[in-house]
Amino acid sequence: MIVRPIIEVKNLTKRYAGHTAVSNLTFEVGRGEVVGLLGPNGAGKSTTMRILACFLPATSGTARVAGYDVFAEADQVRRRIGYMPENNPLHLDMRVRDYLRFRARLKGLTRRRSRLRTEVVMERCGLKDVDRKIIGHLSKGYRQRVGLADALVHEPELIILDEPTIGLDPHQIRQVRQLIKDLARNHSVLISTHILSEVEMTCSRVLIMQQGRVLAADTTQNLQQIMSDGGQVIAEIAATTEDLRACWEQMAEVEHFNIAPAEGSYQRCALTPRGSFDLRPLVYEQARLRGWPLRELSRSLHSLEDIFVHVTRAQGDGEGEEGR
Amino acid sequence: MQAYLTLVRRELGGYFNSLTGYVIIASVLLLLGFSFTDMLVKLNATPTYVPLTELFYSSYYFWLILLLTAPIITMRTFALEKFSGTYETLMTAPVGDLQVVLAKFTGTLLFYLLTWLPLLGCMVVVRYYTGEATLLEPRTTLTTYLGILLIGGLYMAFGCFASALTRSQIIAAMIGFALGLTLFLLSLRSYMPAPPTDWGAKVFAYIAVGDHMESFVRGIVDTRPVVFYLTVTGFFLFLTLKVVESRRWK
Repeated sequence: MIVRPIIEVKNLTKRYAGHTAVSNLTFEVGRGEVVGLLGPNGAGKSTTMRILACFLPATSGTARVAGYDVFAEADQVRRRIGYMPENNPLHLDMRVRDYLRFRARLKGLTRRRSRLRTEVVMERCGLKDVDRKIIGHLSKGYRQRVGLADALVHEPELIILDEPTIGLDPHQIRQVRQLIKDLARNHSVLISTHILSEVEMTCSRVLIMQQGRVLAADTTQNLQQIMSDGGQVIAEIAATTEDLRACWEQMAEVEHFNIAPAEGSYQRCALTPRGSFDLRPLVYEQARLRGWPLRELSRSLHSLEDIFVHVTRAQGDGEGEEGR
Repeated sequence: MQAYLTLVRRELGGYFNSLTGYVIIASVLLLLGFSFTDMLVKLNATPTYVPLTELFYSSYYFWLILLLTAPIITMRTFALEKFSGTYETLMTAPVGDLQVVLAKFTGTLLFYLLTWLPLLGCMVVVRYYTGEATLLEPRTTLTTYLGILLIGGLYMAFGCFASALTRSQIIAAMIGFALGLTLFLLSLRSYMPAPPTDWGAKVFAYIAVGDHMESFVRGIVDTRPVVFYLTVTGFFLFLTLKVVESRRWK
């Protein structure tokens, strides 16, 4: 039997009066995956999530969660997802335990089960010591955990978190990330964020969005791999500028280079290869042949940040050309 | 059903978790206190066999309380949730739009009835100290409360509708107040002299909430006003439902 993906989105479009928030979006999320939706503010991440959570209807296209259509079978979908909206809205006048029990009952759990699940999620999210406190009196980090606990309380198959670490201090961010990582063991998770390191740390796969489109979708390792093809090589060699220039000019594999003086008698060379060629062995070979001291030889591996900037900028340039 | 009851409980709880509920109850108590002293003054001045409910109604505090508290009670129902964002968590839970509307309406109506309980206390006190049985008949008391319930239901429906339109509680209260006041002022037109054949006069007589309440406090239950209140309440709840559903039309 083929296991259906937990999220199937096909040609999803959402237009508001005047502008298109999501345009012809297609992607899938498999069961047990942790997928990050990455994009600048206004890229359409929240809109996509709201459609998946059955809060907003799509203008066209289909979205299915666990095989159920988000518009026609909204009730089935809602039972299967735990959704935490942006800014994590909570009833600030309620106590933590009362709130979670209220949410559990609202989501259709029996009295017994809601009591049990409330205790379980409070334990899991570290809320045991504040269970009697009024939510409005809690710190932002604790509130975030209450939001997460609410998303978990009915044991959903899919958890959708819209910017779960926004506005938290670094210590709280780390705690929330750890929680998300723990969730990944037995839930599918879709997270949106514009913080790149977050995706690198928590997600197995990333969808980069801009202006309502998916620009790149792959595992974080693959994206890094793709980007580092054609990556620059940095070499610090003790030789005269003229010798180095002559050497790089005669190497057919070098597209262009840049030589700058470094401390001591060393020169720092940045070499860009032609195509996806790894220059490191050649550079080493040259240095050995000519007897040049070599103290650094590295190939830059791109961080997700570079990939993000690269992909979104390329898109921006393309748009500019269309306009001309 | 479970979701409905859970929401009604939450709705009622909301009044008592925040100061709003206590402030409303305190204000109503103050106004009821004024009407109570008025009642005592009247009773001391001239001996009467008129039921206390009628005596209370003749002081017009009823309308003051209804017109002022109804928008305040209902303004938070949808507007507050939209403003704080909890509307999104509510509407992504497995509950139907109709359940949400009915639960909010029931919650406000129950709270509204609660604010009217002290009136019963006032009347019991007068009845106890005067020892006059005709002052407090169970029948007229019951019909008075039926009137309070029916008119209150209509005003709560006005308020819920107003609250669903906006994310600002102030604007919700103003719209609710305007709707309520309009109906009250229109009902005053039935007192104006007009030929009985005039169709306008007939319409105003039909919607004359003041006349309706006057019959209720006298112990008369006419089916026409009952039908009027039930249908208009139903209509405004239907409008509220459509406003709630309208986010899917955009």
